[in-house]
Amino acid sequence: MKTNFFFSKLLSVLLTLFGISIFVFVVLRVIPGDTITGTLGTDTGVLSPEQIDVLKQYYGIDKSLFGQYTSWMGSFLKGDLGFSYTTGLSVAKLTQSSLAVTVELAILGTVLGVIMGIAVGMFSARKPGSVRDFAGQLFGLLALAIPGFVLSTTLVAVMANKFHYFPNGLEYMTPWRNPWMNFQQMMFPALVLGIAVAAPVMRTTRSALLETVDKDFVRTAHGKGVPARRVQFKHVLRNSLIPIVTMTGIQFGYLLGGAVIVEKIFALPGMGRQVLDAINHREYATVQSSVMIFAILFVTINLVTDLIYRRIDPRIK
Amino acid sequence: MTTRVKEKSWLHYYLRSTSGVIGAILVFLMVLLSLIAAFKLFPHDPVAQDIENTLKGPSGKYWFGTDQFGRDIFSRCLDGMRRSMIVSIFSVAIATIVGVTLGILGGYFGRWFDSVVVRMSDVIFAFPAILLALAIVNSLGNSWIDTSLAIAVVYTPIFIRVARGPVLSTKEMDYVKSARILGFSSPRILVSHILPNVLAPIVVQIALSLSWAILTESGLSFLGLGTQPPNASLGLMVSDAQALAAFAWWTLAFPSLFITIAVVGLNLVGDGLRDSLDPARRNS
Repeated sequence: MKTNFFFSKLLSVLLTLFGISIFVFVVLRVIPGDTITGTLGTDTGVLSPEQIDVLKQYYGIDKSLFGQYTSWMGSFLKGDLGFSYTTGLSVAKLTQSSLAVTVELAILGTVLGVIMGIAVGMFSARKPGSVRDFAGQLFGLLALAIPGFVLSTTLVAVMANKFHYFPNGLEYMTPWRNPWMNFQQMMFPALVLGIAVAAPVMRTTRSALLETVDKDFVRTAHGKGVPARRVQFKHVLRNSLIPIVTMTGIQFGYLLGGAVIVEKIFALPGMGRQVLDAINHREYATVQSSVMIFAILFVTINLVTDLIYRRIDPRIK
Repeated sequence: MTTRVKEKSWLHYYLRSTSGVIGAILVFLMVLLSLIAAFKLFPHDPVAQDIENTLKGPSGKYWFGTDQFGRDIFSRCLDGMRRSMIVSIFSVAIATIVGVTLGILGGYFGRWFDSVVVRMSDVIFAFPAILLALAIVNSLGNSWIDTSLAIAVVYTPIFIRVARGPVLSTKEMDYVKSARILGFSSPRILVSHILPNVLAPIVVQIALSLSWAILTESGLSFLGLGTQPPNASLGLMVSDAQALAAFAWWTLAFPSLFITIAVVGLNLVGDGLRDSLDPARRNS
């Protein structure tokens, strides 16, 4: 039963990924202009048809669409993600460093968001309808409504110009080379992403807690004299965890998308920026492979979330 | 049920929710401002430059101040709101029509058609929204129709899911089965028996999606896709403000405020509708 579930899940994930690869491929081919115009710009006009043919062959876009897809997919599966012409590096090499940035950012953002979300959610649910509940809900609403790019822009303006503090203006440091600098560069973008994650986590926590509080076992716990704080954490929160974990998993995925904008504003060399640059340069291979990696991450996270809450809740079979 | 009690309408319940009413007022305000822009009744021309009045703070003449080209920020906010509204309404309309149709048909007829629909929505779901919209806008172009289509693709799967779920449970209900036994045609059953039952979650979803669409639209124009200068767009104004906010706070504050108010309003309306349309939630 259990392995069966895992395999059917895995099969559906693989099918989804296959669909994504086709989708990405097709969407990019609809883009007017190709790698040649993307690289040379208006200079393309002076090329002779023969030169264009040679370039097409060079970039591998002279084959049929089916041929292009199979050659891309074939090498992707072998671990060859293609070559980025503008940077002169292989996409695998580019991705190696940029993926680490985005994953670090996403993890920090999620951790911050979950802590804030659960804290505010518990704060709110303690006394529904009170002033503190109102304050908590207002936080949730604003965190949802203020776009990340507004928050980031405000943060940058205040930090850089009022306090003359803008670590992101300096060269990006990996946590291995300079952990303190890395932390400073990650702190604010992670906070921005964290606030976006906190909103839905807060709402989910609040409603899950309110639902659990009315359950008999909570009343029993109170009745037999368990300290209120202990009931709050061990009984109520523990049993509200499933929707919270699910929501966190979903948010982690969306956070990867939010990273596109935040990385651009805070000048972090992550996956989001890599995709954005590649789209602007019409680098099919880079965009396709990067988006595939995004999708693989996203789908894996959903799968893991699914497995985790089967773990937390033995009732789900 | 032998005696029929007159049901109170959803509006009665909606008006009892404070946040729902506040949301409706905020949305109404934003629609009104967009209409002012649509009829070009703003105090200044939103694209007219005035080199002598660049980066002036809020005043009686320029309520929200002016930007780096001396353009009136209040007028630009109105025009930007109008564009955001058009794009979000158009995109959500497409997403609703396509998504609900596919969701209902998939849920009702099942079989291979349903599998294809579900698989397709899974594929689109597996993308971060902004990334997907980004790729599509890039492939289509920067007109408002292109932006709307991109956002519509992103939000269609949500409507597929919202519509499909209730259909799956409703089609097993006795009244639907009896309608089928009575020989009613599928279209008739779908329209008069199934659709009314999935309407409530769809309406709620429309309100919420409108707010996300506004966020996505402004995010795209912030990145330089979507509305192109010199036309006004809220996202683009925030993007411009990156270099100006330190000494001219109004360039950042007002467009941000407009986006936030619109999103807050639509979210509150969505919450209000959810509480008033669902009989189980009415008394809580």
